[in-house]
Amino acid sequence: MSCLLALAGNQNCGKTTLFNCLTGSNQHVGNFPGVTVEKKEGPIQKHKDMTLVDLPGIYSLSPYTSEEVVTRDFLLKEGPSAIINIVDATNLERNLYLSLQLMELEIPMVIALNMMDEVRASGNSINVKKLSEHLGIPVVPISAGKNEGISDLLEAVIKTVREQSPPKKYDFCTGEVHKAIHSIAHIIEDHAGAAGYPVRFAATKLVEGDEPMRQALQVDEGDLHVIEHIVEMMEEALGTDREAALADMRYSYIESLCADCVHKHQETREQIRSEKIDRVLTHKYFGIPIFLGIMFVIFWLTFSVFGAPLQGLLEDGISLFTDSFSSLLLSVGVSPWLHSLLIDGVCAGVGSVLSFLPIIVLLFFFLSLLEDSGYMARVAFVMDKLLRKIGLSGRSFVPMLIGFGCSVPAIMATRTLASERDRKMTIVLTPFMSCSAKLPIYAMITAAFFPHSAALVMISVYTLGIVVGILSGLLLKNTIFKGNPVPFVMELPAYRMPSPRSVMLHMWEKAKDFIRKAFTVIFVAAIVIWFLQSFDFTLNMVEDSTKSILAFVGSAIAPAFIPLGFNDWRASTALITGLTAKESVVSTLTVLTGAASDGELGAILSGIFTPLSAFSFLAFTVLYMPCVAAFAATKRELGSWRSALLTALYQTGAAYLVAMVIFQVGRLLIG
Amino acid sequence: MTLDAIKPGSGGVIAAIGGEGALRRRLLDMGLTPGTKVQVRKVAPMGDPVELFLRGYVLTIRQEDAAKITLKEGAAV
Repeated sequence: MSCLLALAGNQNCGKTTLFNCLTGSNQHVGNFPGVTVEKKEGPIQKHKDMTLVDLPGIYSLSPYTSEEVVTRDFLLKEGPSAIINIVDATNLERNLYLSLQLMELEIPMVIALNMMDEVRASGNSINVKKLSEHLGIPVVPISAGKNEGISDLLEAVIKTVREQSPPKKYDFCTGEVHKAIHSIAHIIEDHAGAAGYPVRFAATKLVEGDEPMRQALQVDEGDLHVIEHIVEMMEEALGTDREAALADMRYSYIESLCADCVHKHQETREQIRSEKIDRVLTHKYFGIPIFLGIMFVIFWLTFSVFGAPLQGLLEDGISLFTDSFSSLLLSVGVSPWLHSLLIDGVCAGVGSVLSFLPIIVLLFFFLSLLEDSGYMARVAFVMDKLLRKIGLSGRSFVPMLIGFGCSVPAIMATRTLASERDRKMTIVLTPFMSCSAKLPIYAMITAAFFPHSAALVMISVYTLGIVVGILSGLLLKNTIFKGNPVPFVMELPAYRMPSPRSVMLHMWEKAKDFIRKAFTVIFVAAIVIWFLQSFDFTLNMVEDSTKSILAFVGSAIAPAFIPLGFNDWRASTALITGLTAKESVVSTLTVLTGAASDGELGAILSGIFTPLSAFSFLAFTVLYMPCVAAFAATKRELGSWRSALLTALYQTGAAYLVAMVIFQVGRLLIG
Repeated sequence: MTLDAIKPGSGGVIAAIGGEGALRRRLLDMGLTPGTKVQVRKVAPMGDPVELFLRGYVLTIRQEDAAKITLKEGAAV
């Protein structure tokens, strides 16, 4: 019995935990076609013939967000054999709101009633049998975090798939709404059948005024007119509008259902505890300092305490490998170009990027803790006002902050943002936050040109990145991402202990993602740069890198930087090699200038730049397109080469413009 | 009276939800329907957004959106 199952539910109801329980570590992560909405799938453990697809965490099936539309399309077009609807038992009312809508799709469905341990522990109870009878579908109590009830759930799912009986009941409405839905269902029956939609679902959506549904059904003018009339009559009779009427209908039914099945005499312990924790963590005065403190500790632990030694170890390992590999190659007598390709190209290029792995894994360890504990939602709550002006919500704050460390995990971290629009915008803006790999460049330039105002230059460089980020946000908000942002209406879930398994899986998934990038995109980029650096146009290997194709390309594009105040092939070549990893700018300049010491490098740089053009060079390096690793992450998260290239083009364009303005205005001022 | 005018610690019963499009639908979907009891728990450090308690869970919305939620007169909780 080979079949497709869909896992649907609200955010924060333990969906990922259940998905991990069911599929183990055998997961495939990708995007739904055409959108940057994550799609995870994997075979169910011990039932390899059943594939489970994790749908985005949503609260409704409205037509307004890409997450909801993707879910709708998937369920209607892919035709899963059954839906597993995970429901948070401690928050039953709001969770069942989605369940009622899912049931209208007439797909066999099982409710997994999660967090039942918390309900019981606080002395509350839910009459599961009664709930199941009322809803007409199986309801299985589970605790995904404790791995309880999973086999019962699977049993119920298998039985449901076998019987293929859609929910027996989905008619929860009464009175006017009932009348309207039934009259409309009658009119559109044939259209819904032809378009492949369940009649009841289509009719409900038409009552709600769902535009995509209206277009999909292709109902003719006359019928549309009748439908509109029916809905208006309903609105008049109820004294409210269509959307409110349906939301109210669903919630009224759920309220009566809960009154019958739920015995709740107090909040759960987790809810009471959360309120207490929030008295501190979202405190009026302490909330922001605590958040900044937490981020500081994360950065400190990641980059200094654990990251630096681990990175050092990995670098040592890589160089050990490179050395022995090199001797091996020499001993078997490979040709010099192959030796150079493998050692100077592949090992050096991939190795330098791969050494970032510990930092990325560590950052994701902490990010998972923040996310899974429920603190990330509080960050959004605390920081929202700051980011609202540029059209984002507080949720984007953390990825942007991570960007000061490394753009790669920052871009990867946008995955957790609830809306596609916010995700895309954050991906474009994050690289403007100056990453740590650029520090050596700043150090080199300030040492050579601004030894007495190093701090000031550093601060202005970081500020420049932030200001350009803000301006870009304003620009994007009013152009590409015009229109209403996704509303900031967000649940603050109860704080919970993150499950070690989920945290580990999350780290593993990100590490795998990064390693895959290192051996694909970065691998190719390293070879390309190596080739350009090692060969001349007659395809002979060059001893002197000044005669390489890269040097030629550098010379060719050097004049493009005249408006920015520098016209030197070494500077432009360094900017190109900086694309493999930003710190390469420094090593390339050192190699190409043939400087033997930092002092000598400073002297030579004075010949290439004036202090003003050195600053414009700095401005350009802060802002121009990020390294290939970050570019690969951008491509993966945006889901298309085109968007990724446009993003890189925008970033480089902005860098060029800003650096030019700095140089030209500076020249006028200095005279 | 609208929800943004409520002091933290008190609440009321929703009379109507204003606004339009995605925002309004989202408010309704999250359970802010007419007749629902809602409490304002606190205000974020920078004065916005606000933290609400309704239907047994905690929700946060912005002040400008809270201003679109009208409460029933004299039904303070």
